[in-house]
Amino acid sequence: MKKAIITVVGKDTVGILAKTCTYLAKADINILDISQTVVQDYFNMMMIVDYSKCKKTFEKVGTELSKLGMDMGLKIRCQKSEIFEKMHRI
Amino acid sequence: MINLSEVLETNKMVSEQTLDVRTITIGISLLDCADSSLKRTCDNIYAKLTRIAKDLVKTGDEIGRDFGVPVVNKRISVTPVAIVGSACCKKPADFVKIAKTLDRAAKKLGVNFIGGYSAIVSKGMTPADELLIRSIPEAMATTDLICSSVNVGSTKTGIDMDAVKLMGEIIKKTAERTKANDSLGCAKLVVLCNAPDDNPFMAGAFHGVSEGDAVINVGVSGPGVVHAVLKHCHGMEFGELCETIKKTAFKITRVGQLVAQEASKRLGIPFGIIDLSLAPTPAVGDSVADILKEIGLEHPGAPGTTAALALLNDNVKKGGVMASSYVGGLSGAFIPVSEDQGMIDAVEAGALTIEKLEAMTCVCSVGLDMIAIPGDTPAESISGIIADEAAIGMVNQKTTAVRVIPVAGKKVGDNVEFGGLLGHAPVMRVSPFSCAAMVSRGGRIPAPIHSFKN
Repeated sequence: MKKAIITVVGKDTVGILAKTCTYLAKADINILDISQTVVQDYFNMMMIVDYSKCKKTFEKVGTELSKLGMDMGLKIRCQKSEIFEKMHRI
Repeated sequence: MINLSEVLETNKMVSEQTLDVRTITIGISLLDCADSSLKRTCDNIYAKLTRIAKDLVKTGDEIGRDFGVPVVNKRISVTPVAIVGSACCKKPADFVKIAKTLDRAAKKLGVNFIGGYSAIVSKGMTPADELLIRSIPEAMATTDLICSSVNVGSTKTGIDMDAVKLMGEIIKKTAERTKANDSLGCAKLVVLCNAPDDNPFMAGAFHGVSEGDAVINVGVSGPGVVHAVLKHCHGMEFGELCETIKKTAFKITRVGQLVAQEASKRLGIPFGIIDLSLAPTPAVGDSVADILKEIGLEHPGAPGTTAALALLNDNVKKGGVMASSYVGGLSGAFIPVSEDQGMIDAVEAGALTIEKLEAMTCVCSVGLDMIAIPGDTPAESISGIIADEAAIGMVNQKTTAVRVIPVAGKKVGDNVEFGGLLGHAPVMRVSPFSCAAMVSRGGRIPAPIHSFKN
């Protein structure tokens, strides 16, 4: 399994989850876990995904997700999960 | 499983608190490039550097993208050139040819600095060491990416005062040769005592002879992160304050460790060390001075500054050592003046002097760093400043350094602009009293006693 963390941050609007998930499904990226909060109309979401079956390069997925985010006025980032595991777990 | 708040915390460190990996530095041994022919030596150096480091910049950028943390600089350090060129260089101009070769290789590779135009003369100078030192002004004036360092002393050997005297003159000449750029050459020239073999940070980086053929060293940074965390520590007692710094240093260093291991894997070069320094930049919010202010000082330089810096430095190390098995280099808080807006403000407010900075260097890495001084400062006074710092390093068994810039044509109160990461600096006052008679004695200060410590 190759795990990545996708974060979506920005103003809440209709269809954020739908559009992000549609992209991931098309790219053969499996969602393992989703958590989200909305604080004062501000949308914070994190997905843990498995990209081991994805044919696209990690860089391309990152760029396309970032663009998808920009179209919705959001910031979407895709990062390999090790950075969070290393930083927050001994 | 990682949770949302942890993910957001990490990303906030990068996006708002200027967390970055300051440098991936490949140390490359040039010992096998030495030849009795200067041309062959230069050809060997160029070929080896462009072979081993050919993917460095690309790989550094890829790692940055994959993990979402910027890898700001990609650099190379090499075996001290005085050793590499000792068989083929018969005059200073010969060493300059090697400098130009290194510069050409650095430009071809796209790295932003190459360090190791260096001589290790802690006990004495070989003829080649002296030729290299004498070539520094010309080398700095005719190259763009070369960093030069000279180690003039160590705890084990004492201080080579002949080299100290010479370096005062060389810094003046370098300032003069690069006066068109506010004496920028001196910003890439540092004089050290107890220089580490594995330092990834410029200008003092070189690949020591105790190292392997090639090695990856990584320097992390993150004064902004420490500052942001300390904002929530108002009124806390020292135990809690130190605990907070330690935890933060741990997190920062883990990022460096991850990046270093990944770079080592992708480039097929062994991982050497993490240098867990807090290295400021002129960017707002990326300042060690701001941390000192957050601890409770009106400005760095106020009474209490040395104590505040000592606790900061110690706890950065304690947190960082837990996060990585291989810690090396300089590892601590840097206190450059021109590269830290908070330090610049302190100088301009009249709070910070060279003498106070000297006291601060007793408890942190590394030394008097990026300090602009008047262009008419005598060479002997610069040598005196070097001797003072080297003595602090020698006696306290720590690395110390001097990187001062006697800016040609400028006087106290003027401002100097170096640009980019090097920042800008107000010209600081140097004591006008002479040490010429002491500096001109010649010879060597013996190594200090290693017992009866008080």
